[in-house]
Amino acid sequence: MATEFHNLQELRHSASLANKVFIQRDYSEGTTCRFQTKFPSELESRIERTLFEDTVKTLNNYYAEAEKIGGQSYLEGCLACTTAYLIFLCMETRYEKVLKKIAKYIQEQNEKIFAPRGLLVTDPIERGMRVIEISIYEDRGSSGSSSGSSSVSGSTAR
Amino acid sequence: MKNCEYQQIDPRALSVSPMSAQNRAEMKAQRSRRKWEVFPGKNRFFCDGRIIVARQSGVLPLTLGLIVVTCGLFFAFDCPFLVEHLTVFIPVIGGVLFLFAVISLLRTSFTDPGILPRATPEEAADIEKQIDTSGSSTYRPPPRTKEILINQQVVKLKYCFTCKMFRPPRTSHCSLCDNCVERFDHHCPWVGNCVGKRNYRFFYSFIISLSFLTSFIFGCVVTHITLRSQEGKSLIQAIQESPLVICFFSIWSILGLSGFHTYLVASNLTTNEDIKGSWSSKRCTEESGNPYSYNNIITNCCVTLCGPMPPSLIDRRGFVPLVEASPAASATEIELPPFLAKNDSNMCTRSTKDVLARMVHAFDSRGLCPPGTPKTTPVGVEVSSSPSAGCPLFSRSSRKRDSLHSSNPAFRLASPSPSLSRNTMILGEGPDVGFIPIP
Repeated sequence: MATEFHNLQELRHSASLANKVFIQRDYSEGTTCRFQTKFPSELESRIERTLFEDTVKTLNNYYAEAEKIGGQSYLEGCLACTTAYLIFLCMETRYEKVLKKIAKYIQEQNEKIFAPRGLLVTDPIERGMRVIEISIYEDRGSSGSSSGSSSVSGSTAR
Repeated sequence: MKNCEYQQIDPRALSVSPMSAQNRAEMKAQRSRRKWEVFPGKNRFFCDGRIIVARQSGVLPLTLGLIVVTCGLFFAFDCPFLVEHLTVFIPVIGGVLFLFAVISLLRTSFTDPGILPRATPEEAADIEKQIDTSGSSTYRPPPRTKEILINQQVVKLKYCFTCKMFRPPRTSHCSLCDNCVERFDHHCPWVGNCVGKRNYRFFYSFIISLSFLTSFIFGCVVTHITLRSQEGKSLIQAIQESPLVICFFSIWSILGLSGFHTYLVASNLTTNEDIKGSWSSKRCTEESGNPYSYNNIITNCCVTLCGPMPPSLIDRRGFVPLVEASPAASATEIELPPFLAKNDSNMCTRSTKDVLARMVHAFDSRGLCPPGTPKTTPVGVEVSSSPSAGCPLFSRSSRKRDSLHSSNPAFRLASPSPSLSRNTMILGEGPDVGFIPIP
């Protein structure tokens, strides 16, 4: 039974948090930032596998772009070294620029794809780049028996 | 699509969103605090979170003092003589090296070395849940290591009990700062901070510039003394006034340290790994080396020193999200009225005695809640006294529902348990009591 939310505001006002799923880091290629694309079982009834994998792969690509070692990063590093790293105080690094792009992307994905399915993706930077936290919400108005939602089965007369 | 202004939703705020006006006013009255004020590690912060140092600043003042005193003596006593006899560029070069060394030192000391924030309680519970597959309800600490493959080589990840997470590769927990630091090199008392992923390049430029500075000063001082002795002037006085002794003793240690770190940079190792011998050929039985090395000295150097600058993960100057003191209690307070309003007399057909009987039976048979039930929504009876009595009983009653059907009705209604009498008393106090058993 998929709960329907039309936008993030509706999610905010009428949903209660049911569960959280954590997508862990994938260290198979070293210490660069990558997340596992394995589809968690808790999301099986909530979102299509392809959509989820696309989101994670896009995030991985963004992080790879931020940490790419190439001409531009060397130039930035050498310039910073010659100015005794004072340039970092005034200039935004390439990594920070990519992080802003990632934040915007996650916001778009939340609005278009995840919130209508009752899910919310937290930016990994808020969790120390350790995990992608996906919160699963239940419609508070429904009286279903899914975990987290409450239903009344007995009460005294008011 | 409506005009949604997206703000990062705090899930805890979501579950209690229809707040009463009084609660909202109270929360606004609380001063919003920055995250550095509630940081759990042993660090000190200055300039409202812009500057971070370890709790014990170590001998950083001594380091600064030594550098300043040495350079001061040099500029005061050696430079006039050398400017006169050699060239005016000597103090200029000295000044540039001095500035470079001091700025690098301050950057190393005041930069976040790559501290990993501690795991949130939900994350820690998720990790424990993944490990504890036996389903045992008693608390068992998670195992200490997890093996992963990095570039086809097996690497063991250790579990950090303080930070409640498996440490990423090359991360180590500094006991002095009480933080997990990424690409942990060492904790440097001279600098008064850990040296890790984010400030290693500053540390390296500090020791290299310091090596150049001390070598330069040493060379100038020796030149000065030589020139003076040739001119036949007071040699002893010149030696006394120049920073010869400081330079002589420090130059060997600094040059040695620079050489050591140049070797580490070229082979993409950290001091920690080198000391432990993690990737040494003697320790590894099969042919396995450092999985992080690019097997090319120039690439290793460029990656370590000129690679992209990673951001600080601890967000010192961010604001702490305001959280309700007791989200569970307020959640039930708020959820109760709509449900009670919706439900009509059909819901009241189940008698109070029946519900109480289930409570009692469940309580007697199972006892209190085990400590490790993170996902169960705690439920409170809407009374002021003894909410804890209500909480475990209802969570137990949901699980015991099947067994209760077969129990003796006479037994259920007639059991004289002290908890029953207490709950009867509670219910007798007022009509506005609701029960929300967990399904």
